[in-house]
Amino acid sequence: MAHFTCEVVYRGIFQKNLAARICRGIVLSARKAGRWGIAFGRYGDSPQRNGIPAKDFAIVADSQEELEQNMARYEPKEVDVTICVDDTLSKGVESWAWYGLQPINRLTVPNGTVLMTSIQSPEELLKDIHKKESPYNLALVRAKASFSGLWVYKEDHTEARILGALAKIQPNFLSLDAVCQAIREAEWGSDLKVQSARKAYERLETRPVKIAEGNSEVPYAFEKPKWWEMREGVSIPAIPIGKPMEGGKGYVPERNPYFKKFTTRTMRPVIDFDKCVKCTLCWLQCPDSCFDVTPDGLYDANMESCCGCGVCEAVCPAKECITMVSEAAFDDNASQWDMWRKDKAKYTAWMTGKINDKKTVVRSHGFRFRGQYEEEIGKDLDMGGIEITAGIPGENADAKKL
Amino acid sequence: MAVETKAAPAVANHKEMLISGSEACAEALTLADIDVVTAYPIRPYDTVMQAIAKKIANGHLVAEYIVAEGEHSQFEIVKHASTVGARVFCGSSGVGWMYAMECLVVTPPLRVPMVCMVGNRALDDPGAFGVEHNDALVVRDLGWMLIWVDTAQEMLDTTLLAYRIAEDRRVFLPIAMSADGAFLTHSQALVQVPSKALVDKFLPRYDRGDLLLHPDNPITVAPQANEDWVIEIRRQNDEAMKRATTVIDEAYADFRKSFGRGPENPWFEEYMTDDAEIILVGMGTISLPIKVAIREMRAKGKKVGLVRPRWFRPFPTERMVKALSRASAIGVIDRDYSFGSPFNSGVVANEIRAAMYNADKRPPLLSFICGLGGREVTLEDVHKATDMCYAAAKSGKSDLKTHWLGVRE
Repeated sequence: MAHFTCEVVYRGIFQKNLAARICRGIVLSARKAGRWGIAFGRYGDSPQRNGIPAKDFAIVADSQEELEQNMARYEPKEVDVTICVDDTLSKGVESWAWYGLQPINRLTVPNGTVLMTSIQSPEELLKDIHKKESPYNLALVRAKASFSGLWVYKEDHTEARILGALAKIQPNFLSLDAVCQAIREAEWGSDLKVQSARKAYERLETRPVKIAEGNSEVPYAFEKPKWWEMREGVSIPAIPIGKPMEGGKGYVPERNPYFKKFTTRTMRPVIDFDKCVKCTLCWLQCPDSCFDVTPDGLYDANMESCCGCGVCEAVCPAKECITMVSEAAFDDNASQWDMWRKDKAKYTAWMTGKINDKKTVVRSHGFRFRGQYEEEIGKDLDMGGIEITAGIPGENADAKKL
Repeated sequence: MAVETKAAPAVANHKEMLISGSEACAEALTLADIDVVTAYPIRPYDTVMQAIAKKIANGHLVAEYIVAEGEHSQFEIVKHASTVGARVFCGSSGVGWMYAMECLVVTPPLRVPMVCMVGNRALDDPGAFGVEHNDALVVRDLGWMLIWVDTAQEMLDTTLLAYRIAEDRRVFLPIAMSADGAFLTHSQALVQVPSKALVDKFLPRYDRGDLLLHPDNPITVAPQANEDWVIEIRRQNDEAMKRATTVIDEAYADFRKSFGRGPENPWFEEYMTDDAEIILVGMGTISLPIKVAIREMRAKGKKVGLVRPRWFRPFPTERMVKALSRASAIGVIDRDYSFGSPFNSGVVANEIRAAMYNADKRPPLLSFICGLGGREVTLEDVHKATDMCYAAAKSGKSDLKTHWLGVRE
């Protein structure tokens, strides 16, 4: 009697289909060895919203009875393998389904595995992944985050590669042959995908993570009140109005301390304050009111409330003032304006490094032009099968070329 | 046993008016000085909406009178008005009440002390507008307080009491006052209407306190709540409903002090139950033919009494059990149905069965369904039910069936 539990942490909309296919693939592969399984999404999540961290689960077991205890709950208490298909989620996850930030490895059992798609090194990732009170393994499939939309699916073999890698991690439950057979028979399967699964199996990099390793930041959290402590009438205190930033100047809005939601972000704006014309458009148009007005009338995107939507970059009339950069390029939520104010030369060097790195300014999600799929697929599978395209071809790609 | 008919005593600081149950409600609403009322016509509730409109048109009441485009908006508007501190009134009937359901379900958890009148009406087929209690009863599990009245006078008094109870900070739950369509909503009777001064002393201003939606008290009402919160919200609702029991007792005691009249037992009316062998139970105006039949039976030496529940939510479990335990048999006459329920009984019969489950003495309980769709409940119906109760009393057993009375067969 044994069972194997697995979660897939993914980005709402962009990876909804991907996560569902991975979980279906796990169950269908395990079925090849006569096992039983279920695949389900965390009901309270909001996977219909762009970038919202969400979870799918797959559980396989020797008997149907073993599955029962997991069939009437939203999520398992612990998982053998945490699969993360976007490495920017390594900073932690705040979903619509719960309150506070959860480290990506929170549900991973001691000596379990966090399996990620990433082109970062384990050491780079461990700057973001929170410390855990037990050792575990970090396994990497070399690939960029696979993003598509709600109605389309990006056939870049990510699901096959993840399944191949899982066969290496959990050979008792998923043999490579069973995985390959399931992929071949699945509605989305092909021989090419079977080859991708085998390659991922062979090339999986696994690194043990010790207790002391990882981001030492304590993720924000709060105690949920008892029923008699809660305000009546389904009411909560409103967010109060904001305050000047310093010396009676500037403006910092009050923000919800219980729901920061910045883990929705896959890209963040990097601001060249010397190019700002103080037009106020970013501040006005930001749907999350993330901009603080500085005492000198500039606009500083607060990284605890920025969801990374890119509206600021789109509305900014000043050339190269705001550039969206992949979240993977950052290790903290520090204020850019503060950095700029303290040491302008140092800030300029830092900023230039970020926005000139072709890998970090690539559009991180969505298909932006006809033919992009064909262009991306089939190239350099080990790197995710996606050609790195800077900017939006036909729109602003030329301006972004190095 | 002859029943002496007494002249109604004159009550100080009251004036007597010949008005319908709906008009009696409107008199009370004027005295309670309501702030916002929403209206959408459906028979028989629309009589109260017309009566309030007349009050406003004649300058007797200053209130926002909003004609909504349907019951859904009608109940939604007063819900919001109440959160900003307005004393509100609303109402509907039958399928209109059902159309407002999405608003009705959220009114109790939002702790909105809305008072409304349900002019009880059959839930169609189209055009069926006679009385049945199923319309108001659909909210019986949701945190609504429910009361049934049987005279225009009780309608007026209950309306004043309803604001006092609902708006008590310990409660803050909505109240639906049920009035049987036609028999109460459209029939005029002599009603003692108290003076404004008396009412002002009895009924304090609505103070929403910490739940007031106002710029000086910045709160957000009804944010998204998932499984981390919902059961706590329900538990709060549960506690408010339990507290309502105390508040109702207090309010009726104070009502008697303030107005010099009103029932000692808020929960149900007991008619000739002191020595009763058979106790019949029925809500609303069904009490009237039952009382007549009881007097006839008493004249023939049959000791029959009536318990007429007023408050159905909160349900007065202990008091009801105590009152009914002393009978040799109980006959519950429902003006509602609950198809497929235990014993295929009506709602009231099954509630009373549940309440009696742990009673020390459990007389046989017979269940009857009668008067649906406004069909007259006749004296013959009541006699028939009573005879069956006597048979059960004799055998000491209930037949565990539900008997339909007055249906062609």
